Amino acid sequence: MSAPELQGTSLLRYLWRQLTSMRNALILLLLLGLASIPGSLFPQRTQSPLKVREYFESDPNVAKWMDRFYLFDVYGSPWFSAIYILLFVSLIGCVVPRSWHYAKESIAKPAPAPKVLTQFEYHQEFAGDIDKAEAWLRKNRFRITREKNSISAEKGYLRETGNLLFHLSLIVVLLGIGASSVFGMRGEAIVTMGERFINVPTSYDNLAPGRFFDLAKMPPFTITAANFDAKYDAQTRLPLDYRLDTKVSESPDSQPVEKIVRVNQPLTFGDTRVYLQANGYSPLVTVRDKSGEVKFEGPVPFLPQDANLSSIGAIKVPDMSPQIGFVASFLPTAARDEIRGGYSSFPELLDPRLLISVWQGDLKMDSGVPQSVYRIDTEDMERIGLKGLAIGESYSFEVGSITFNGVVPWVNLQVVKDPGKRWALFGSIFAIAGLLASLFIRQRRIYIRSNGNKIEVAGLALNRLPGLEDEIRKLVENDQK
Amino acid sequence: MTKSDWAYVSNDLIYVSLFTFAVAFFLYTFATAFAVRTNGMDRSSTIKSGRVATIFFTIGTAALILGVITRGVSAERVPWGNMYEFSITGALTFAIAYLVLGRKYDLRWLGLPISILILLILGTAITLLYRPSAPLVPALQSTWLVVHVAAAIVSGGVFLLSNTVASTYLWLDRMERKGERSEFAKRLPSLEILDQLSYRLVAFVFPLWTFAIIAGAIWAEAAWGRYWGWDPKETWAFITWILYAAYLHARVTAGWKGRKAAWLSLLAGSTYLFNYVYVNIWGTGRHTYSGL
Repeated sequence: MSAPELQGTSLLRYLWRQLTSMRNALILLLLLGLASIPGSLFPQRTQSPLKVREYFESDPNVAKWMDRFYLFDVYGSPWFSAIYILLFVSLIGCVVPRSWHYAKESIAKPAPAPKVLTQFEYHQEFAGDIDKAEAWLRKNRFRITREKNSISAEKGYLRETGNLLFHLSLIVVLLGIGASSVFGMRGEAIVTMGERFINVPTSYDNLAPGRFFDLAKMPPFTITAANFDAKYDAQTRLPLDYRLDTKVSESPDSQPVEKIVRVNQPLTFGDTRVYLQANGYSPLVTVRDKSGEVKFEGPVPFLPQDANLSSIGAIKVPDMSPQIGFVASFLPTAARDEIRGGYSSFPELLDPRLLISVWQGDLKMDSGVPQSVYRIDTEDMERIGLKGLAIGESYSFEVGSITFNGVVPWVNLQVVKDPGKRWALFGSIFAIAGLLASLFIRQRRIYIRSNGNKIEVAGLALNRLPGLEDEIRKLVENDQK
Repeated sequence: MTKSDWAYVSNDLIYVSLFTFAVAFFLYTFATAFAVRTNGMDRSSTIKSGRVATIFFTIGTAALILGVITRGVSAERVPWGNMYEFSITGALTFAIAYLVLGRKYDLRWLGLPISILILLILGTAITLLYRPSAPLVPALQSTWLVVHVAAAIVSGGVFLLSNTVASTYLWLDRMERKGERSEFAKRLPSLEILDQLSYRLVAFVFPLWTFAIIAGAIWAEAAWGRYWGWDPKETWAFITWILYAAYLHARVTAGWKGRKAAWLSLLAGSTYLFNYVYVNIWGTGRHTYSGL
């Protein structure tokens, strides 16, 4: 036995037929489900970069190998992309020819009734009139092919329309998602109360523009954070409400307007939206040198560590020589116990404390390596003091002093431009409409053959939904009236 | 009545409903055991106890409805804020789906497995998942909570029902392949009816599940700034969707039936359950509202 040689176009045709076969589409669908699993078990860079870093710190070798297989970037990995691209190629290869076929069929009449009807469903014979049956079918809006002694009638074409609409809509959803990642952007910025956020690239703490997003064309809005109000349940300590009062200008020359931002209530500027994502506290401090000259003054955003907003932070004073850094933690409601030492027992400012340790030496801010604003590398530094401060208190150390003046909240604003989301939404709505039509519309055929005054009738429920039996019964009853 | 009074009333009603379902369960067991023992000779008393069981089942469902409503009253919101509330509402939709379908098809035989499942769900909810009635965290304060979670709960209830039917199918199928059905099993519907019913339930609820995911995406866009972020809960909802989509294709286009189809639907249904249990309790993502 010799296998037919596959080459050139016949090979391509063979592969194409394989790819668009239902069996392989099913396998791809199941594979896509399987391939999404690892992304829910391992931390992903796009969602929890810190957890990914923990993997690298605790076991660098394993983490390196996991990274080679894109286990921290599953949904952007080549293998995941390969599966869904193949799936969509298969889908297009299946749906487009079918749409063409369907377009022709939707204006054609059903094929004439077959010679023998006994193999179809609900077959029966009765004494009646074929013209009366045809009239009944026409009245019930069947599409009819009449030959002298036979009728072939079909109804429920919209089911196939729905089926195609569903699959074509999925392509629209995918295009929408693609458009967002290419033409959109997202970025985050921490804004302390009283500060103004101007929408230019340098205002962001991190910014991820899409490949074709033009940084020069960001909408020129400004947001002044006026007041942030967080309410918490006194017993469960869970948040009840976050509310940010802002003054917003659409452009540099327009009048500022007062607006409220909440978690489910973002600000909207065209297709750019601004979300309230996180919040924390910025202690206000003044650092002076020995002569009393102010070397640093202002709010310093601290990073919350738990639900009670125990926060850590770093106050860096590079203008002193040698340089001074304060490794600090902030407790909005200070409490103390044997195990945890100092901790916060409530997220609101009931008894705020700033705990600092003073370090002297090189802050390494000019080393070129990007540094966390919340941490200080104290390897080449020496600790020269330690103190806990309440609001209004000062602490003097060898070469200067620090005063804890108060606390202001900060919010993390997330700015998102998502131009494809409208398409994804329209696609989804049409997909559901198509799905409903394809699952609930009965597509069925009724065949009738007359033989003298005997009539034979049978049907075919194309998508196996019940109801055809009833319909045929009504047809027969009407004919016998 | 104060909020906490309502919360107590709700708790009492849930206990009453648990107790009533337990009675229904014993009656169903009795009806089943008796049906087997009498070898099909005298069925009047088993049929009677089956009917009484269904009456108790209905009373249990009514108590559960009131329990869920009063829970909502006590919290001044829809009662779907944590796993306890989701579980009692899920058990309720499951019970209602059974009662509604039971009027259309003869499903009295399903009473036994279904009352076991409801007892398990309610028992777990009361013992392990219970949390005092409390307001919602800001991310949940949205009208979409009603839409998204209602769709997800109803989908879950119907998926579970479809899986119960599919499991029964597999059990009977195995029995028939080994020989004859047992006396009890003879009273159950034919394999073909079970196969169809399990499929019809999925076909009915799949668009609703699709809608639940889309409503969730619209909500996520408003609350979290992205409509899809591969959060573990989203990922598993997607996997459930993919598997049921594969199931529908396999049945409608590739002509799968019976055993193969039943296994695929069980696999798909188990991803829903996994999503609910694993992601809520041990998962990381943003959907961790269990309060545990």
